[in-house]
Amino acid sequence: MPELRKTPMLDQLLDGPFPSFVKEIKKGAEKNEACNDLLGQLELSYEEKVTHWKHGGIVGVTGYGGGVIGRYSDVPEKFPGLTEFHTMRINQPAGWFYKTDRLRKFLDIWEKRGSGLTNFHGATGDIILLGTHTDQLQPVVDDLAHEGWDLGGSGSDLRTPSACVGPGRCEWACIDTLDIVDTLTRRYQNELHRPMWPYKFKIKISGCANDGVAAKARADFSIIGTWKDNIQINRTEVINYVNGGFDIIGQVVDKCPTKCISYNPVTKSLSIDNSNCVRCHNCINKMPKALRQGKITGATILIGAHAPILQSAFMSWVIVPFMEMKPPYDEVSELLEKIWEWWDENGKMRERVGELIYRLGMRSFLKATGLPAVPQMVLHPRANPFYFWDKEEVNQ
Amino acid sequence: MVKTDFGPPKYLDMMSDLCKRNYGKWKYHEVLDTGTLVHVSESGEKLYTVRAATPRLMHIDTVRAFCDLADKYCGGFFRFTSRHSVEFLIEDEANIEPLKAELHAMGYTPGGVGNTISNMLHTQGWIHCHTPAIDASGIVKSVMDEVFEYYKEAKLPARLRLALACCLNMCGAVHCSDVAIVGVHRVPPKVQDDKISKMCEIPNVVAACPTRAIRPEPAKKSVVVNDERCMYCGNCYTMCPAMPIFDPKNDGAAIFVGGKVSDARHPAMFSKLAVPYIPNEPPRWPTLVKTIRLLIDVYAKDAKEGERYGEWINRIGWEKFFQVTGLPFTDKHIDDYIFSVPTFRSTATFKW
Repeated sequence: MPELRKTPMLDQLLDGPFPSFVKEIKKGAEKNEACNDLLGQLELSYEEKVTHWKHGGIVGVTGYGGGVIGRYSDVPEKFPGLTEFHTMRINQPAGWFYKTDRLRKFLDIWEKRGSGLTNFHGATGDIILLGTHTDQLQPVVDDLAHEGWDLGGSGSDLRTPSACVGPGRCEWACIDTLDIVDTLTRRYQNELHRPMWPYKFKIKISGCANDGVAAKARADFSIIGTWKDNIQINRTEVINYVNGGFDIIGQVVDKCPTKCISYNPVTKSLSIDNSNCVRCHNCINKMPKALRQGKITGATILIGAHAPILQSAFMSWVIVPFMEMKPPYDEVSELLEKIWEWWDENGKMRERVGELIYRLGMRSFLKATGLPAVPQMVLHPRANPFYFWDKEEVNQ
Repeated sequence: MVKTDFGPPKYLDMMSDLCKRNYGKWKYHEVLDTGTLVHVSESGEKLYTVRAATPRLMHIDTVRAFCDLADKYCGGFFRFTSRHSVEFLIEDEANIEPLKAELHAMGYTPGGVGNTISNMLHTQGWIHCHTPAIDASGIVKSVMDEVFEYYKEAKLPARLRLALACCLNMCGAVHCSDVAIVGVHRVPPKVQDDKISKMCEIPNVVAACPTRAIRPEPAKKSVVVNDERCMYCGNCYTMCPAMPIFDPKNDGAAIFVGGKVSDARHPAMFSKLAVPYIPNEPPRWPTLVKTIRLLIDVYAKDAKEGERYGEWINRIGWEKFFQVTGLPFTDKHIDDYIFSVPTFRSTATFKW
């Protein structure tokens, strides 16, 4: 084993109270040559202020079209351990729950067959394995399969769906986020593992309006838990909050966006005009012991979010104000499949579904999916008279 | 034959009996301190959570050390959050403090719960990506070291979400964060005529440009970039390795503020431009770190209890935001991309 690379710049990131990623790479460098070379290449990037990873290079494993991403150093002569240093995406268990005996076997495989460096987790939700050789990709997949771990998505496919912690540890889960994500992931293995669409497609599922997985910011198809009936009030707990010094007027009544909450200081009671409530969740967030969501729960479905570039960032917008979410979630699947068919047919290369709707209009999307136009889809109606009529809508 | 398409491990196999017993039956939760939560079930059973930020990039020995802690204190069960924090799920209250002490000793101080800065969401940067304008992990480390007190102590008016994306592909989903750093370029890509015809599909490269700055150059079997129209997004480089856009002298970071994803009180918001450019200064990025610190300090001092970053700015107004932060407002702050006009002010009601 050659001695550790000298990294005077990176060493300045060893100190300080936040855990150091440099320390993590050094742990690896003590027993793995590729990690040692990674330190060296990273130090070079710090000196030159530019990346040293080459663009492109497709790699794959038997039976899959995605899930592994080629990564090659552009200075392999200096850092031979990084000549091939590929990424692998491994589908995480829903909600990122782990049992140590299962996870230890996973880690042992990565120690034997890769750099030992990981991300828990990547932005899409997968466990990321950073750095292995081309000839190790298939063995990693085989060994992991033996222990019950499968690849995630990459390229123009369904990306690994993810969900918030949901009913596993949260009282605000209006829907069973974990069961939904698990069911959809298993149902759409072909879409996940074999890229065949215009571009990527992301599904994220949050149990409530707090949107713990940022579904409406990051997912083409965002499922967000909500309810239809009245917020449940526990009068005793309201009094306990007030007696404990909680600023119920400042934090709850005044912050209600529709001013549908009133508080009577004499009786120390809270009342809610539920017909004007938009279920923003602030009052429940602030008084979790006193206020609970309604009992008729389901999901709002939104479409179209993506972060970058072409048409600038979009947040998802409402396409189904309320959908019941009961296993086996056939209604969601039916809608998803209609959307995929329309997008696949009409989308240009690298056009996300939200961009396609922007190009062709919501009217085309609604026609293709059979969804009715409802006021919940918009903040306000258009402020111009420039709309289209179909031939069958006008007198011939 | 290789087994394929069997899907992830079943989440229920990764959950403790307590979690399974109370699945969907949680009644309420409380924040005990900035590192600890308790969830109480309908049955009265309690589950304690201890949270600590990780650097996301971890060696397997660190994950094994988490496994050791989970075995010792949590019956072998733990989880991660969507923001790369580790969470230990504890049944016995007596285990909370010893676990926290061990975590702290291994350099993973608990924090990030409640009105704090939780862990910073980020991307790969120079460690593993071919398109970054800036590093990711090094900036995150530098920023989090600087603002660590806001992670450890509840000194903020509301929670604050930091994020970093090392280029405009924005894998870090910075567009809806309270305070976000984005890697940017400032000069057009360099077209490598000799390589393009071999490496790239020219129609796809032309189509990749959102401002139509790229046109084919059939004589050279290449393309030409109209520099005047290029806003340096790097989308062409994503499609075509023969159009590198890196420039160590000009690449750097922009800062966006005021976004959120929760609909509580005010609907989810996009982050907006606060600082168009800060030079790339490894290994500790002092100018960037100082500016983030300023942005957080001013908010901590000025915002009212319960107000997220963007809600605070909405209340005081953007003209006031630039006043209280002392940051310069420039022509770069005025949108000239696709949806710009609705962002112009059509009223004479503003603050001096």
